[in-house]
Amino acid sequence: MSMVLENVTKLIGNECHINDISLQLEPGTFNIFLGRTLSGKTTLMRLMAGLDKPTKGRILMDGQDLTRVSVRKRDVAMVYQQFINYPSMTVYKNIASPLRLAKVSAAEIDRKVREVAEMLHIEALLNRLPVELSGGQQQRTAIARALVKDAELLLLDEPLVNLDYKLREELRVEMSEIFKRRKSIVVYATTEPVEALALGGNTAVLHEGGLEQFGSTIEVYQHPQTTRIAQAFSDPAMNFVAGKIEANNLHLNGTSPAPLQGHLSTLKPGNYQFGMRANHLKLKRESAAEIEFQTTIDLSEISGSETYLYVIHDDRIWVIQQQGVHLHQMGEQTKVYIDPAKLYIFDVNDHLVCAPSGDPSELKQRVR
Amino acid sequence: MNKWEDNKAWFLVIPVFLIVAVSAIIPLMTVVNYSIQDIFGPDNRIFVGIEWYQEALSDHRLHAAFQRQLLFSGLVLLIEIPLGILIALTMPKRGWGASLSLVLVALPLLIPWNVIGTIWIIFMRPDIGLLGSAINGLGIPFDHTAASLDAWVTVMLMEVWHWTPLVVLMAYAGLQAIPEAYFQAARIDGASAWSVFRYIQLPKMRGVLTIAILLRFMDSFLIYAEPFVLTGGGPGNSTTFLSIYLVKQAVGQFDLGPASAFSIIYFLIVLLACWIFYQALLKVGTGDKQ
Repeated sequence: MSMVLENVTKLIGNECHINDISLQLEPGTFNIFLGRTLSGKTTLMRLMAGLDKPTKGRILMDGQDLTRVSVRKRDVAMVYQQFINYPSMTVYKNIASPLRLAKVSAAEIDRKVREVAEMLHIEALLNRLPVELSGGQQQRTAIARALVKDAELLLLDEPLVNLDYKLREELRVEMSEIFKRRKSIVVYATTEPVEALALGGNTAVLHEGGLEQFGSTIEVYQHPQTTRIAQAFSDPAMNFVAGKIEANNLHLNGTSPAPLQGHLSTLKPGNYQFGMRANHLKLKRESAAEIEFQTTIDLSEISGSETYLYVIHDDRIWVIQQQGVHLHQMGEQTKVYIDPAKLYIFDVNDHLVCAPSGDPSELKQRVR
Repeated sequence: MNKWEDNKAWFLVIPVFLIVAVSAIIPLMTVVNYSIQDIFGPDNRIFVGIEWYQEALSDHRLHAAFQRQLLFSGLVLLIEIPLGILIALTMPKRGWGASLSLVLVALPLLIPWNVIGTIWIIFMRPDIGLLGSAINGLGIPFDHTAASLDAWVTVMLMEVWHWTPLVVLMAYAGLQAIPEAYFQAARIDGASAWSVFRYIQLPKMRGVLTIAILLRFMDSFLIYAEPFVLTGGGPGNSTTFLSIYLVKQAVGQFDLGPASAFSIIYFLIVLLACWIFYQALLKVGTGDKQ
């Protein structure tokens, strides 16, 4: 039951909201739509659900054209950013509502409702009304309502964004467990790279209504095809420095030449852009191979147990993610170091030339 | 810490207290004072205790006015609330159509009460009134100054025409506040239009409808302007509602004592009725448990 989008385009007025997207999603997979606000995630989901019709292109389910089929006749479930439940129905009736409309027998409804409620740990709340629940419990109810339907396509549109971060992490962990056992095509929209990494599966990076890259989440993270994808799939954003390869040496702007090693040794001479993740930039030298930059501190920001240090190098602002809480003096000069083995190399046209070889342990650390 | 240490807060409360005292408490107490005395002149008054209250409660004309009033307010609610919701549901949600329909619906609310009376008197006249003569032209005799039923129908029409827009505006505001995602979710579930109304729109409008019902009940229970302008409570006593009867007694006969006692009773009835309504409405729609 794979779902295929063929050159799907959506124009609203003269504005292009979805630009020529082709995508194939397999059953039993977990797919993430990653992109900023207004990148087209919700619009694309609405098209997939059948709430809107694409201006151009086709949507196929298992080879069958569904483009013009109304949402009522499709097998879809959806969870929203807002906590959407029927206000006058109890949790039980809310979860049961899709089954009732599908004319399932009462005994079967009861069994399924209790099974799903247990899965989402709301079995004790079945007799409550939505207003008597916390935000997290309301969203659990909404997710249960979507799950109980056992639809071919399950769409989750930033379901955790309105929850506080503790609840978000808790529910995220549970959800990735629950979805592993599903046969449906699950699509999950998010703006947060960290969330995409935590959930795994496949990731489609969307930007201004276009599909930038689609592949397994780790693959996309480790091999972002363009600087834009690298920016989108990086939190904080990736830092860039211009440079060139000349006479078997690496010349990054404002640094002394360094010998080519590891993945860099395959590069041909020429101009490149070098991407550095915020957590790879260090304030202390850890090995002799590291490249040293002279920078000026612009701003420092403490978030949780980490410090985000903004420094200026060669008229560009970089972000350094530093473990622990540190105080920095604005305007002070500081040296910043990076291991050349961690550099992402893009050509002058913003396309990936070569990425550092992946280190799964490092990924886990990013995920937290 | 001594909670009386900082007394500045009292200065902030005093203005409100004074305004409420002058606008509500003092007039009310004056009425209470009148209601237990027989007043012949400024210096000639006799304390009569609860005599006026006993008299008012056993006044059969008052009973009749009370029953008339209950029937009227009940009918008003039965017509205006469903009609208001229906109109609100059919109004466009956005665009210029929404602004236009809002202005059109709100028009009756902007017209002064005595002008409304005049408009309807002319509109319903059997000889030259547009509606009055049309009904007579159909062969149905209609004259609000002569037939009780016709007078009732006219007052009811005036009330519905004048005040349904308030219900419409409130219901419309309630509907506009429902996030679009609810309707999407219902479409995905395959819910019918009736289910959407019953399980999303109606429960989501509960708050504003509670206020609308309370306001319309209170207002219609205190109705004065429409029957006063139309027939002054006639023909006979057929449109003599409580406030008309009260004014006839207080101003017409200058019986300040009985009228005051009656006012207090009237006030308590409205208060009690609103409280009962409010309690009932709080329970409706929340008791849908397994």
